Amino acid sequence: MLELNLIMLFVIIAAFIAVEMKDLLSAVVSVAAAGLGLCIIFLILKAPDIAITQLVVEIFLLIILIRATIRKDLPFSTSGRWFFNTVMTVTFLIIFLSVGYFVIKQLPQFGHPLMRVSGYYLSEGLEKTRATNLVTSILLGFRAYDTLGEATVLFTAVISVLAVMRKKGRKKIGEAEDKYEL
Amino acid sequence: MSIYFLDFILLSIGLYCVLRKRNLIKIIIGLIICEYAVNLFLILIGYKLNGRSPLFSPGMEIKNMVDPLPQALVLTSIVISLATTAFVIALAVRIYQKYKTFDITKIRRLRG
Amino acid sequence: MNSNGMSLIVKTVTRLTVGFIFVYGIYIVLHGHISPGGGFAGGVIIALSFVNLMLAYGKQELYRRIPKLFLALFETIGAIMFLGIAILGFMSGYFFYDWFVSKGKPFTIFSAGTIPLSNIAIALKVSSGLFAIFLVLVLIRVTGGSKE
Repeated sequence: MLELNLIMLFVIIAAFIAVEMKDLLSAVVSVAAAGLGLCIIFLILKAPDIAITQLVVEIFLLIILIRATIRKDLPFSTSGRWFFNTVMTVTFLIIFLSVGYFVIKQLPQFGHPLMRVSGYYLSEGLEKTRATNLVTSILLGFRAYDTLGEATVLFTAVISVLAVMRKKGRKKIGEAEDKYEL
Repeated sequence: MSIYFLDFILLSIGLYCVLRKRNLIKIIIGLIICEYAVNLFLILIGYKLNGRSPLFSPGMEIKNMVDPLPQALVLTSIVISLATTAFVIALAVRIYQKYKTFDITKIRRLRG
Repeated sequence: MNSNGMSLIVKTVTRLTVGFIFVYGIYIVLHGHISPGGGFAGGVIIALSFVNLMLAYGKQELYRRIPKLFLALFETIGAIMFLGIAILGFMSGYFFYDWFVSKGKPFTIFSAGTIPLSNIAIALKVSSGLFAIFLVLVLIRVTGGSKE
């Protein structure tokens, strides 16, 4: 899979540029380029649902990131200065990559998945749910309670963001609590 | 098998950015890169060579599909990463309002 | 801080295309069981169409016009609908997709049991929740520190 490796190299280069740039706006644009390369990889790996979701979610994240933070008056970032921190981080990453090399040898060969659980979904999916999109039939048919948990997580995140950006906090003990207003 | 190793390199770039940078926005960028790497790894596990996307077409018999189960799990994971990253960005905005900086070495007072 | 929005070209193009983006999002939600997409991607696209409108016309004008009660209302309607489909299926002995809506022929919209209803509920919840997040994160003022 030559094109898969090439686009993966593009994503790695874009991520590396995003980490090392001093200008914050350029770093955020590099992350956007990495996400776009990832969307193309998902299309090569025959996953169109994931490609659509990845693209629009990344667009939304970048709009929030640029609009809410970079309009402040700190456009440049200074790099870290601790020597001990650098040595420990690089050591940890080298250990992680070498252990990862041995893990990769134990995985099944790329392109021959095990598919022990999905054999049932592939053969019975169309008859039991009558939905021709198998990913939707798994997500909302066979494993719908996981989707219920995910909807709860999204709801909790919305409530948390609204609670963090409150106008007035709680007053001290003895005074009345302030009413929350959107 | 070399694609798995490239994916681990992407994860280590994200981890390096979370651990080593001083600016809060750079830490958030590292978090986003870590989540990209993990979602990609799950989909790489379920790929079948010369497979087809898991959609039925009218009037055709499809026998050779890629694994649809990791794709359903990664769809959940992408939406949850959106939720947590939006919350972390809200925290960063609040920190800037209170301390007037994004530098994590200057945020030391833990007041309410 | 440009409270009057962007230039005239951006405003005109936004006015021409934001309806198409909204209808495209609804299309992806409703055909979630036939073609790739589903409730989550469609919900985010619907939220992005409102974000586009707000970015082009400036935040002061649109803040006056959006009734903020609707955002909370739609989100709770979506959440309660999805929860209702889950709990009713659980309590009547069947699994999620078996019980009250009949399964028609494949490749039509009204097929596949409760899956289109779940997609619509999820799209309502996701779109209004994400637009509420965007509204809150953008409407703070730079100088003072408190959300208006």
